[in-house]
Amino acid sequence: MEREEVMEKVTEIARDIFDDDELELDDETIAADVDGWDSLTHLSLMNEIENEFEIKFEMKEVQGLNNVGELVDVIMERLS
Amino acid sequence: MYRFRELTKAAKKETDGKEFRLAVLGNCATQFFSQCIAGYAHLEGMNLKVHDADYDQIEAQLLDPSSETYGYDPDYILIYLATDRLYEDFMSLAVKEREGFADSVLARLSSFWGMIGEKCRAKIIQMGFSEIDDRAFGNFGNRVPVSFVYQIRRLNWLLEEAAATRAGIYPVDILSVQTALGNERFYDPVLYYNAKVNIALDSWGYVAKQVYDVINALQGHTKKCVILDLDNTLWGGVIGDDGLSGIEIGELGRGHVFTDLQLYLKQLKDRGILLAVCSKNNEDTAREPFLSHEEMVLRLSDFAIFVANWEDKASNIRYIRDTLNIGMDSLVFIDDNPFERNLVRSMIPEICVPELPEDPARYLSYLQSLNLFETASYSSEDADRTGMYQAEAKRRESEASFASIDDYLISLDMEGTASPFDELHYPRIAQLTQRSNQFNLRTVRYTEEDIERIASDERYVTLYYTLRDRFGDHGLVSVVIMEKRSAEEFFVDTWLMSCRVLKRGMEEFIINRMVEEASRRGALRIKAEYIPTPKNKMVEHIYDEMGFDCTGEGLYSLEIGSFNKMKTYIREN
Repeated sequence: MEREEVMEKVTEIARDIFDDDELELDDETIAADVDGWDSLTHLSLMNEIENEFEIKFEMKEVQGLNNVGELVDVIMERLS
Repeated sequence: MYRFRELTKAAKKETDGKEFRLAVLGNCATQFFSQCIAGYAHLEGMNLKVHDADYDQIEAQLLDPSSETYGYDPDYILIYLATDRLYEDFMSLAVKEREGFADSVLARLSSFWGMIGEKCRAKIIQMGFSEIDDRAFGNFGNRVPVSFVYQIRRLNWLLEEAAATRAGIYPVDILSVQTALGNERFYDPVLYYNAKVNIALDSWGYVAKQVYDVINALQGHTKKCVILDLDNTLWGGVIGDDGLSGIEIGELGRGHVFTDLQLYLKQLKDRGILLAVCSKNNEDTAREPFLSHEEMVLRLSDFAIFVANWEDKASNIRYIRDTLNIGMDSLVFIDDNPFERNLVRSMIPEICVPELPEDPARYLSYLQSLNLFETASYSSEDADRTGMYQAEAKRRESEASFASIDDYLISLDMEGTASPFDELHYPRIAQLTQRSNQFNLRTVRYTEEDIERIASDERYVTLYYTLRDRFGDHGLVSVVIMEKRSAEEFFVDTWLMSCRVLKRGMEEFIINRMVEEASRRGALRIKAEYIPTPKNKMVEHIYDEMGFDCTGEGLYSLEIGSFNKMKTYIREN
């Protein structure tokens, strides 16, 4: 899967979870940029990503993320 | 199962219908749990509001009469002690103290229940315990009282024992969810260590369903009858084509699958769920296996009604419903044929039609996973319900042979009784208040505990009625609770009656005794009320028919001095 495609899917999931059809994510997006992205919805987002891509994150992967770009990197790594 | 995000989103949506309130208290963070319960209820159409108390505040909330929990005036209080927290408590004990762990947790629960009972009317939804088996003693652990697995298993057992002897406690078997999903899916260690959420997000929906099922049953929504197709549902093959020796049941072919399904259905019948047949067949052909096949588990006597013809199934189901006189939403229709299922679903949206898997080997585990037969009570009268409905069918046959309804009623040779509530009948009385929907004037639901309280309260006059006739015993068929509002005025808080005994003079018999009891206690007047629900239209005018005066919308009054005893053919015993 191409990186762009992964970003698109993540955006799609985020739009659903944060209830915002126009939400745009890029590599630099952080939680504070997105309305409703708190510690609880974050878990929900990670859960949906795991389900969607059929992967399981490791603890250090979920803890060390700084922005959406890094999240997409982890997904890419897992998929490869 | 709904996805976690569907549930959390649905939690925020509004739902119509009567509002119920649930307060959730836990020894851990319960936001996700609360959201999933609310979401699940909303998606199923129940207007359930959920209040999530702060983390680990159970004692503080329950001890303080002015706490948020009591202030919320909940219909239900859910108590959840998460096993991972219990495990921490357990590990903090010295080894020799661990032996008494389960008993001490139960004592803690008991004290919660006591506090709730003293301070509010809420029913208690008590979560059971999921298991952590740390294998510290391997397989040997089950016999070592200082192992956690020993204590947590004992705790689940103690909980059910305690709940059985105490009214108003309704356990939710979370362990059944863990077992069904398996530890790999039920737990999520990364989530746990990362965010202290003790079970996997996708497990909460399954746990929420169990909570919802218990609450739904407490509100009187239970399944009462299973309508069954025959060919390729109750046996493999087609009786009309394959013949008696060709259908798969017992030893032949995939027969074991169908034998087990029949055993399951038989068990349902024995606990009071009615079974009915709805099959496209010639009637004689359809009956043959039940009469002549040695390996059939179910026999004709297990069915409350048997319909086999070439009519469409939706019409036949309506006929079955009318004959049994129970709500369409209390029916389950089981058929292997997707065409029939879709037809029935589209013609009768209220009925429950499980989407059976294609492989019959999976029928049973699928049906069981749906947990369709949740109940809030069980009484010994349930077991004979099929017999009662069969007697009813005989009555109907006999009715046809009489020229007038009076002749028929006289021929029934009916005998009724009326008695104040007694301990032996508390469970059945409570159950009727929970289950009766149609002939129920105010639809007030009571638990066994409530009934006990009312029975011993001087302000209430309680009556339960039984009826028998020459075809059999109907058992306890009606419940009346009158509240003394003043020395002169009584109010009918509850009047419900089994629809099985409609229009044979029982209504009149009940009113006669009601007036007699009120009069004997010096009352001059009986006030009554009809509160409409989607299901109780049949009794909309019952008080008019019984000689009450309408004094406002749904309000009635009867002056005892001017009451004339109503005519009935039921003898008083």
